[in-house]
Amino acid sequence: MAESQTMLNTNNYEQRRHKHSWTNIAFTTFGVIWLIISFYPVLYILMSSLREQNGFLTGSPTWLPTIHPTFSNYLTVLQAGFVHFFFNSLIVSVLSVIFTVAFSLFLAYVIVRSRSRMVRIIFNIFLIGLALPIQAAIIPVYVLITKMGLYDSLGGLVLPSIAFGIPLTLLFLVNFVRDIPNELYESMGIEGASDFKILFHLVTPLALPSIISIAIYQFILAWNNFLFPLVLTQSDNVKVLPLAVVQFQGEHTMDIPVTMAAVTLSALPLLIAYIFGGRFIRRGMMAGFGK
Amino acid sequence: MLGTRMNWQRWVMVLPALVFFVVFALVPMCVAVYYSGLSWDGITDPIWVGMKNWVTVFKDGEAWQSTWLTIELMGLCWITQCPLSLVLGVFMAGKQKHRTVFSIFYFIPLLFSAAAIGVTWSYILNPNFGLVNAILKAIGIGNGNENWLGNPHLALFIVSLIIAWQFVPFNSLLFQGGAKQIPESLYEAARIDGAGPFRIFFSITLPQLKYTIVTASVLILTGTLTYFDLIYVLTGGGPGSATQVLAMDMYKQAFINNDLGMGSVMAIILAVFGLVLSLLILKFTGFNRMDSQKEGM
Repeated sequence: MAESQTMLNTNNYEQRRHKHSWTNIAFTTFGVIWLIISFYPVLYILMSSLREQNGFLTGSPTWLPTIHPTFSNYLTVLQAGFVHFFFNSLIVSVLSVIFTVAFSLFLAYVIVRSRSRMVRIIFNIFLIGLALPIQAAIIPVYVLITKMGLYDSLGGLVLPSIAFGIPLTLLFLVNFVRDIPNELYESMGIEGASDFKILFHLVTPLALPSIISIAIYQFILAWNNFLFPLVLTQSDNVKVLPLAVVQFQGEHTMDIPVTMAAVTLSALPLLIAYIFGGRFIRRGMMAGFGK
Repeated sequence: MLGTRMNWQRWVMVLPALVFFVVFALVPMCVAVYYSGLSWDGITDPIWVGMKNWVTVFKDGEAWQSTWLTIELMGLCWITQCPLSLVLGVFMAGKQKHRTVFSIFYFIPLLFSAAAIGVTWSYILNPNFGLVNAILKAIGIGNGNENWLGNPHLALFIVSLIIAWQFVPFNSLLFQGGAKQIPESLYEAARIDGAGPFRIFFSITLPQLKYTIVTASVLILTGTLTYFDLIYVLTGGGPGSATQVLAMDMYKQAFINNDLGMGSVMAIILAVFGLVLSLLILKFTGFNRMDSQKEGM
């Protein structure tokens, strides 16, 4: 009796497995459809950037790659000053990330190590900064930067970027610094190490993977930031890539291939980084969840 | 020996972050309240006009409309992103080789700036030579000249779809992580009990992802609230004011109409909205990023 029951169950199970394959096919189809939806536009950008403007609007179907690819669009974009804009973006992003992460790490260490009431209040202030949309402060920030004489300068972009990046970075780093066992601090403390020494020789090496993750996340945000450059800069001299792409489109409204080349170049560093270190970038993206 | 007391070294470590945040975020936030009572173009001397800006934006309905559009966009973004991210996340959590390979491609849109994405999609959706119309015409749907972003009834919805295009993979990372933590034994037990795949999804996967859904929803809603770049590039708030959400309205008033007072009114509405949203999330879900924080203190 018990045996036949088991048999029945096994049969049932086999049947179910068979049915599962149908849902598997449906699931895979979903995956393929999303692959097309998410990747085809990217492919379209690359394909269009290699076309000639001549005949783009009237010629052969534009959803296929061209038989006669040309790099002349990229040349046009580079000649429009994109190398300069690239370095502007790089300077702003690198400086913002270094200071955001360093300042956040300092504060995270003190928040974890200290029981002071003041420090707790300070931490809560930063947490409120996560609940409030700080973009709402952009108008006074614009006035402040102008009054400091930093309007239309790279420094004027870096300073508020650091401030806006701190809350999430801090929250993320506090989570990791807190996981460092107390015994490790104590053993170093007994040897008479100072706070700075503990931070640089104990905390930083241990938290390095998470520091890198959050740095990657903040770098992508800084690299793609649009509101600050839009509001705080004006001249070509300090233009960063996202702003350059939009203005480039404005100047070449009907010239799609050349604009697509500009789009490609603006994302190229991140695309190359993704090809070689995709795993780190995906882990960095997870840092954006604050956990 | 180092204890839990503050010393000068620790204050030195606290100061840079605190000073930057106070000077470039916290104080400006408070100053915006003052600015909202000014008539000021940013160049000539500001004139204090009290509540006049506030009365104007609420009387002519602009504030209500922008707030409503923001809520609408948040709703649209949630509906398009949350279910898709969940299914995609569960898909990505699978161990099959092709799923891992697909996942690599799913993330590529995240590497582009919203500005670059806006530029690209404005071409893809162009009524005259855009890819979408060309494809629709080729397969015989419509007459092939729909002006997607120029249609006030469609524009906001289209914007939400493009936001989804970029951010679904981001949110699905969260669901992928959540789905990987569901114990395999639960699935096996369900299969042995003869549960079908849909039953398994609705009685195991979905309930197990409860908290992930809450987290993802919070991220989608708070993220959409301040969403600006893509709208600026795609529609500039138009057609008419069909996509003029709060962040867009704030920018337009302050930096296109050069009315810093009016812009600040919009900024305050945005800030209050954000705060109310955070409080509501806290009240109704018991979840917030801070709670888990404080537990450890």
